Amino acid sequence: MAPILTIRDLVKTYEGGFQALKSVSLDINEGEVFALLGPNGAGKTTLISTICGLVRATSGTIRVGGHDAQRDYRAARKMIGLVPQEMPTAPFELVEDTVAFSRGLFGLKPDRELVERILKDLSLWEKRKGPIMALSGGMKRRLLVAKALAHEPKILFLDEPTAGVDVELRRDMWRLVGALKTRGVTIILTTHYIEEAEEMADRVGVINKGEIILVEEKAELMRKLGKKLLTLSLGEPLDRVPDALVHHDLILSEDGTSLTYTYDTQAERTGITALMSDLAKAGIRFHDLQTDQSSLEDIFVDLVKRG
Amino acid sequence: MNFQAMKAIYLTEMARTRRTVMQSVISPVISTVLYFVVFGAAIGSRITEVDGVSYGAFIVPGLIMMSLMIQSLSNASFGIYFPQFTGTIFEILSAPVSFFEVTLAYVGAAATKAILVGLIILTTASFFVPLQIQHPVWMMAFFVLTSVAFALIGFIIGIWADNFEKLQFVPLLVVTPLAFLGGSFYSIAMLPEFWQKVTLFNPVLYLISGFRWSFYGQSDVSLWLSLLVTMLFLCGALSVIYWIFKTGYRLKP
Repeated sequence: MAPILTIRDLVKTYEGGFQALKSVSLDINEGEVFALLGPNGAGKTTLISTICGLVRATSGTIRVGGHDAQRDYRAARKMIGLVPQEMPTAPFELVEDTVAFSRGLFGLKPDRELVERILKDLSLWEKRKGPIMALSGGMKRRLLVAKALAHEPKILFLDEPTAGVDVELRRDMWRLVGALKTRGVTIILTTHYIEEAEEMADRVGVINKGEIILVEEKAELMRKLGKKLLTLSLGEPLDRVPDALVHHDLILSEDGTSLTYTYDTQAERTGITALMSDLAKAGIRFHDLQTDQSSLEDIFVDLVKRG
Repeated sequence: MNFQAMKAIYLTEMARTRRTVMQSVISPVISTVLYFVVFGAAIGSRITEVDGVSYGAFIVPGLIMMSLMIQSLSNASFGIYFPQFTGTIFEILSAPVSFFEVTLAYVGAAATKAILVGLIILTTASFFVPLQIQHPVWMMAFFVLTSVAFALIGFIIGIWADNFEKLQFVPLLVVTPLAFLGGSFYSIAMLPEFWQKVTLFNPVLYLISGFRWSFYGQSDVSLWLSLLVTMLFLCGALSVIYWIFKTGYRLKP
C-alpha cells in the first residue's frame, strides 16, 4: 500500500537549543493503525504537532497524501484530524456549536446530519444544547474526537487518547478506533500504555530521545523479540533448585511451589525437551504447566533501556 | 481563501458577545453615557460652550472615540488570548486557514462589536445633548478606521500577553489616560501653551480631533494630520502582525 504520510529527515530544535526530533523519517500506510510508543519527553507530541502544523519544523519534509505540509498546507491539513493530549475546550461554548465550528474551520459547509451522526456515535447527542463545561472528563475527550472528525479526515491523530481515563472509556476508545479503521481512516496514536498498542495497532514505532529506534509490524515485533515463559506448578515445594537442573537457569518462586523457565521461540532449540527429561530424572513432579508470551511492554522497556 | 473558516471564527466571536451582552455591550454604553450626563451637567454648568458648541455635545465625540478604542482593543485581545489560555488555539493552528484569514476574522468581529457599541452610544447621546453631524462620511470613516486599527493592536496584545494583567495593561494604563489627556473633555486651546505643546505628542489627540471635526467642523489639529495618524496606527499594527506571521511569535514554537 502507498504511504499516506511520508516524513523525511524531520528535525525540530526548539529555541532553547533542545533538539526534540533528530532526523525522523517515517512512512504511514493508508488505512493502518500505527502506534507510536515512547517514554515521556521522547518527542511523540512534538512529532505529531509538527505534522499538524502546530510546531514549525527546523528542517525536513512532511508529505500528506502527496501534499507538502508546508507549501501546500491547506490540502495537507484538510486530510488530518487531531485529538490533542490535553483537553482544551472553550468552557462556555455549546457542544453542537463547537463541533460545527470545527467543521467550518476546515472550510466545509455546515452539515447538520453529519454533526448529528458524529454526536450520536460518540454518545454526546443528548448533551448537544449544553455548554462544554457541563461535560464530564470522559465526555470532553469524546467531544474532542467529535471535533476532530467533523471534517471527515483521512488521517486521525490521537495523542495519548486514554491517558487518565477509566477502563470503560478506554474500551470505548478502542472500539471507536476499530470502527474508524473499518471506514478506512488511517490512525496514528501515541501512547505509553503498551496494552493499547498491543490491542489496536497494526504497526508499532518506538521513539526515544527524538529518534525513531524501531518500526515493525506488531505481530512480527512480538514474534521477533518475543520470549516465552514456561511455568511449572510443582507437586511438592522445593527449598532450592536441584543441582542437576541449575544449568537450565530456572527461577524458583519464593514459596517454592513453581519453577519458571525462559526460552526463545526463535532459537534453534528451545531446551524444553532437555528440561523435561532432566526434571523426570531428578524425580520432580509437576501438576500443571503454563506458557506466557512476553508482552510488548517487556519488549519496549528492553528497547528503551538499550537505546 | 477559506471563507467558511473566517465565518466560523467570526460567528463564534459574535456568539460570545451575545452570551456576555451585559459586559460587552451594556456596560460600556452605560459607563460612557454616565460620563456625558454627569460631566456634561456638572462642568457644562460652568463651561457653557466650547467653540460655539455646548459642552455636553462637545465631549460626545471624544467619549465615543475613547469607547471605540478601548472596546475594539479589549475585544480583539481577549478574543485571541482566551483560546491560547484554554488551549483551543491548537484547532485554529492545525486548520487549513492562513494567519491572514484568522486575523481578519478576529479583528473583523472585534471591530464590529466596537462599532455596534459606538453607534448605540451615539444614538443614546442624541437624546441628551444637541448633536450634529456635519460630515457623516468622514465620521463613519474615522469610526471604522479607528475600530479596525485598535482591534489590530488588540490582536497583537492578545498574542503577546501571557497573563490577564498584561491583557489589561494597555487598555487601562495606556489608552484610557491618553484619551483623557488627548482632549476628550476639552479643546487643547484651553490649556497653557506649554501643555498644548506636550499634548501634541499624544497620538490619541489626533484621532479625537479628527472625529470631532466630522461632528462640528472644528478641530485642534488639521483633518489631514488626523487621518495620517489614524493610518499610521493602522499600518504600524499591520506591520507588527506581518512580523508575527513571519516568525510564528508565541503561536508556533
